Amino acid sequence: MAPNNKANPEEAFTPIREKALAKRKTLENASSPVIHIGMATCGIASGALETKAAFEEALAERNMEARIHSVGCIGHCYAEPVVIIENPGFPAILYHQVTPGKARMLVKSFLEKGDPLFEYLMGAMVENDMIPQVWDFPRFNMEKRLVMEKCGQVDPEEIEDYVSFGGYSALVKALQSSPEIIIEEVKAAGLRGRGGAGFPTGLKWALAASVFKRAEGKEKTVICNADEGDPGAYMDRTILESNPHQVLEGIMICAHAVGAQHAIVYVRAEYPLAVKMVTRAIFQAEETGLLGNHILGSPLSLKIEVFQGSGAFVCGEETALIQSMEGRRGMPTYRPPFPVQKGLWGQPTVINNVKTFATVPSLMARGAERFREIGTEKSPGTAIFSVVGNVRHAGLVEIPMGVDLRTLVFDTCGGIPNKKAFKAVQIGGPSGGCLPSDFLDTPIDFDSLIEAGAMMGSGGMVVMDEDTCMVDVARYFLDFTQKESCGKCTFCRIGTHHLLEILVRITKGEGREGDLEILETLSEDIKAGSLCGLGKTAPNPVLTSLKYFRDEYEAHIKEKRCPACMCRDLTAFYIDLDKCARGCDACVGCCPVEAIFTTRNRKKGVDQTLCVKCGECVTACPPEYDAVVKVSPPNLAPVVERPAE
Amino acid sequence: MDDDIRAREAAMLVDIEGRLQGFEKERKNLIPMLQMIQERHAYLLPDAIQLVADALELALCEVYGVATFYNQFRFHPPGKHHMKVCLGTACHVRGGDIILENFERKLGIGHGETTPDREFSIERVACVGCCALAPVVIVDETAHGHVAPSKVEGLILGFQIEKEKQAREKRARGNQKNGS
Repeated sequence: MAPNNKANPEEAFTPIREKALAKRKTLENASSPVIHIGMATCGIASGALETKAAFEEALAERNMEARIHSVGCIGHCYAEPVVIIENPGFPAILYHQVTPGKARMLVKSFLEKGDPLFEYLMGAMVENDMIPQVWDFPRFNMEKRLVMEKCGQVDPEEIEDYVSFGGYSALVKALQSSPEIIIEEVKAAGLRGRGGAGFPTGLKWALAASVFKRAEGKEKTVICNADEGDPGAYMDRTILESNPHQVLEGIMICAHAVGAQHAIVYVRAEYPLAVKMVTRAIFQAEETGLLGNHILGSPLSLKIEVFQGSGAFVCGEETALIQSMEGRRGMPTYRPPFPVQKGLWGQPTVINNVKTFATVPSLMARGAERFREIGTEKSPGTAIFSVVGNVRHAGLVEIPMGVDLRTLVFDTCGGIPNKKAFKAVQIGGPSGGCLPSDFLDTPIDFDSLIEAGAMMGSGGMVVMDEDTCMVDVARYFLDFTQKESCGKCTFCRIGTHHLLEILVRITKGEGREGDLEILETLSEDIKAGSLCGLGKTAPNPVLTSLKYFRDEYEAHIKEKRCPACMCRDLTAFYIDLDKCARGCDACVGCCPVEAIFTTRNRKKGVDQTLCVKCGECVTACPPEYDAVVKVSPPNLAPVVERPAE
Repeated sequence: MDDDIRAREAAMLVDIEGRLQGFEKERKNLIPMLQMIQERHAYLLPDAIQLVADALELALCEVYGVATFYNQFRFHPPGKHHMKVCLGTACHVRGGDIILENFERKLGIGHGETTPDREFSIERVACVGCCALAPVVIVDETAHGHVAPSKVEGLILGFQIEKEKQAREKRARGNQKNGS
């Protein structure tokens, strides 16, 4: 495209927008029904592909017309595969857990005969007088969707879909104003980096813009950090899979603001679908003229590339990320110089998280003042969490900052299933901490969480019920950080190893007097002696669990007992002979190691030497008998002799 | 059988050598090169690492150091059926390690290993991102949610039955041919 400085971005964009709107209108006016299927990784894992095939097959059998629209994830993982059906004459209806069988039923009963099958639906998407709305459910109405607003609505593979929902308008608006104004706007909005540390984005951009201006002739790069390595967190992936264009739009606005010509999206290779979606989105943006030379006739020229990260947790740290892009081991380097001064290939570089970039378009569209209306004074905007573990409505939740943990866990996500009691919530993944029920009233924002001993982190949240052992959870996270430590700093490399060794010993019932003190001092030393965020935060799970659940550690060490009956070396299963039903064989077949035998009076016993403590017999025992008992310490289990053959 | 494997490896190296020429000789292409090899051949064989080192004029240990740093790269050929057991936080809380142990016991190999007949291999992964289905196992690209120890046995048994069936059909076809 020839440079045409006279053209106004608004004018250049109008035909693109009109074309997209017209296309959407013709699709909406079509008389045939539309079936939206969530096809992100979680949907596919729950069987969305089979559901889609079932819909297609059932439609073909009946010679019926319907448009199947693949969309991204709406974040309701517990309800996957999620299907929304727009049948003319009905409001749009959301169905949850649509198996292939349900899909065939829906085609037969709903699309053919007009019965919306009330037993399968979750609710209607719009107001109507026939079906209750999903917006009446707390899981829907307590969320505030700013970043994920269009996730699950747009087809991530179609740029026109995104444009027709108002996409790229923020870019057009940004291109019409000067970089300084944009940076001022981001500063005024108080946007903080969503990667975990919460550094003010506007400040970073302002710094970058001033460095970039002085760095004449150097290659200036914007990097989008989508190296999500935190086990149990998948917000970045979902955003990239469900709405990649919003991230690209954010990157473009940033490039315009700081004056970069080159951008790279660093995605984990373990996220093949996200890589595919981003690559396709870049290609489409180039074709539409939203990437390339003189975008929409403005001075901005930008090229975006994808780099596939190879999976190392430490590469989420910006200097390590740069090392890995240069083809080296991902080891962090000392800061300063900060990447803004000396980043990729020694050139100035701006690095922001996916969620930060994805927030920018909505921030620009709303303006700083209205953005500040959401969230708290010091942490404006929304936070996205992947709430998993022992919670009813697991999935991605976007809430305004400042909502307290109790509301999030019990109201928005439906609380703890199976009538169990809440024990703790682990926030921030391996770098975060475990907070007990006393902290349920802590508001969720960057500063309050750090004060409580946890941190925002990337947004992983694991809810734990009374059956979770906190020592084991600390051991689990240490096991992870110990493996992922890059090995540069001695304290992190060897210190985490020692922490893990002690924790393993405690969970095995070999804990010693004085172990807890060593854990504490060693943790402090690791924090002090490590260069990057990984080492500085790795002891957090140990420190917080020690602080709030010290009695559990002591029970492990002094009584060789696991209060939650989770540490397998400290528990045993036995069968209560008073409850066990004579002649019932339910548990025998399910035992993977044949540890269950029949006693002389035709009841069952467990051979403790063979038992691997998988708990399968507890599930298998019919609830009317409920005869399998789990105890800790293991010597509480009565000895039942195996009769001689 | 051994000759067969050797011939296959030789063909792999020819393919890799050809494709490496498509890359610019720059350090930044090191990881993309390794990714290309793994994507096409499922693992990095020692000679392939040497080829990459030669192509970039780097020391072999340097390339090996980078390759072993990242979790993505595998150095053993995966089995025909590859089991990825998720040990993310949610899966751990719901007993992912018990599932892993069951696979290891049933197949007689540890994680990161392949059975001698190259039928099965086990890998532990950090998080596959479908935590609501925990514990999760991905078998040959299909995710299985809410896995229990008895389901593990069922999965492996399913593959064995399938294999025996195929062998029977093959024999039957062979007999038919001989008969006609």
